[in-house]
Amino acid sequence: MRTTTSAASRETASMRIMVAIKRVIDYAVKIRVKPDKSGVETSNVKMSMNPFCEIALEEALRIKESGRASEVVAVSVGPAQCVDTLRTGLAMGADRAIHVEFPGTLYPLSIAKILKALVDAEKPGLLLLGKQAIDDDCNQTGQMIAGLLKWPQGTFASKVVLDEENKVATVDREVDGGLETLCLDLPAVITTDLRLNQPRYASLPNIMKAKSKVIKKLTPQDLNIEIRSDLEVVQVTDPPKRKAGVILSSVDELIDKLKNEARVL
Amino acid sequence: MQKLFAVRSLTSSIFKKHYRHAAAAAFSTSLLFDDTQKQFKESVAQFAQENIAPHASKIDRSNYFPEDVNLWKLMGDFNLHGITAPEEYGGLGLGYLYHCIAMEEISRASGSVGLSYGAHSNLCINQLVRNGNAAQKQKYLPKLISGEHVGALAMSEPNAGSDVVSMKCKADRVDGGYVLNGNKMWCTNGPIAQTLVVYAKTDMTARSKGITAFIIEKDMPGFSTAQKLDKLGMRGSDTCELVFENCFVPEENVLGKEGKGVYVMMSGLDLERLVLAAGPLGIMQSCLDVVLPYIKQREQFGKPIGEFQFIQGKIADMYTSLQSSRSYVYSVARDCDSGAVNPKDCAGVILCAAERATQVALQAIQCLGGNGYVNEYPTGRLLRDAKLYEIGAGTSEIRRMIIGRELFKEQ
Repeated sequence: MRTTTSAASRETASMRIMVAIKRVIDYAVKIRVKPDKSGVETSNVKMSMNPFCEIALEEALRIKESGRASEVVAVSVGPAQCVDTLRTGLAMGADRAIHVEFPGTLYPLSIAKILKALVDAEKPGLLLLGKQAIDDDCNQTGQMIAGLLKWPQGTFASKVVLDEENKVATVDREVDGGLETLCLDLPAVITTDLRLNQPRYASLPNIMKAKSKVIKKLTPQDLNIEIRSDLEVVQVTDPPKRKAGVILSSVDELIDKLKNEARVL
Repeated sequence: MQKLFAVRSLTSSIFKKHYRHAAAAAFSTSLLFDDTQKQFKESVAQFAQENIAPHASKIDRSNYFPEDVNLWKLMGDFNLHGITAPEEYGGLGLGYLYHCIAMEEISRASGSVGLSYGAHSNLCINQLVRNGNAAQKQKYLPKLISGEHVGALAMSEPNAGSDVVSMKCKADRVDGGYVLNGNKMWCTNGPIAQTLVVYAKTDMTARSKGITAFIIEKDMPGFSTAQKLDKLGMRGSDTCELVFENCFVPEENVLGKEGKGVYVMMSGLDLERLVLAAGPLGIMQSCLDVVLPYIKQREQFGKPIGEFQFIQGKIADMYTSLQSSRSYVYSVARDCDSGAVNPKDCAGVILCAAERATQVALQAIQCLGGNGYVNEYPTGRLLRDAKLYEIGAGTSEIRRMIIGRELFKEQ
């Protein structure tokens, strides 16, 4: 499926895709807040790859399988156990992985800075991320790294079409008003939304093959990055319990409540 | 995050996406598995929960595998059938530990599918792998491993169950092969199998030394199956009687050597017991998957019944039964993978796991109370399925005899 006629297509046929993935609490787990309100309970809790990151990795694998990329590199920043998530990525089909180990709290700006250093070193033609992580729902990393790299960004992607001849990506974005279609020059940052694809299972032969794939270990110091936390978590609490509804007897009563209790009028 | 869940449940119903049991988080298997094995287990669990579990109830009620989806092919596509078979035939070239992991997770999704899967992948495929010559393996394994063909094994007869060596199915030597006459009973997958490993007596006077193993093909003239049995549990895992009436079997279909069938059979039984022992493990896990959320939701006397000590006692017993059986099964699996196959332990693991599973299933029904007695809940099926494992692959009594006899001999 690879066209080898023009120099441009030969270049994109050797395009590398980098996918940033995050290890989060599994979406099916019931979250409990720690008694000291400093955060949520993470010990003895099942952790998995962030679902949107899975979708990003799946898209990268599909692009590679269609002949438009030669290598998929999975990267993750976090504690030692991130290796498990990277192994899942390798079992899905990524060629190799990079783990930047840091045991403390990480915020999107720090991640973006680390990713920039990795992008500068690896020179991918495309950086894919999930639109947000299901633990903090920040929805910032993709946008921040696009800014740091000065790359175009297509966020909330529900469809990605790569044109290797002209080195552009056409991205359909899910926005409040509907669907917006952007044309991005490569290299670019794309963040993935739910409807982009359905990630594959890690097949059993691939799980076995992943054992011999390489996970490179780095630290933020190796990349000359100092992790600074400009935010401090003061308190984490459960949302207030839902109160029972009230049946009202008239529209006047409704308006009164909306005005004086809910204060939305 | 709530919006994500709402959207996810919508797409779940449309796309049948990831459906991981929340209960899976509760069970630490870090003692037993390395990272790759854990990944393998999670992958099979996800596959089984998404593709097999939704059909479990209907399979039980209708006594048939689903018509709209070919589970054999699906499992074949997921590389589940040839876990212990060489890669050149499409297998994974892994050992019994991985096979047990797959068996446990499939059984957890549906006991019937698990049993049929175990018969196909271990009793048939693995016996061919261990005893077949190159030509036989090349001829039969690829289609069995892909799921295009289904495999089965038959040793028991209407009058030869525990006393299987007293089998009466005859194989008379003729020019170019053998002619088989007789019946086999309780053959799992019998009605649907294309390839069957069948044991028959080539020498009726020589007791165990007169048994020969044969590879039978469904279309061989003289071979037929009588109607499907109507069983208490494992419904949908088709079982039937096999009938041989002057069935000609060519020379090249002898599995192993003439008169050496008993070695094929007995050594196969050890590994059969090991892999099938993972079946009751899956059923026990399934019981906990049902009970744990239930005791949180069900309230009596103003609180969830899971807060009462009697219920907590029950689930503690269920949990420890499962974890201890699991440890035994996987430790023995490891030993078998390194070549140390001990018949006492192979019998021991299924003896232990099967009896515990029946008790765990009974407790599961009890935890659900009146609801446990209603067929809308899966606990009745779990009990009926669990009970089989105390009987098939050698009854508990035979297993006890094997272990006791060996222990005494070793003195």
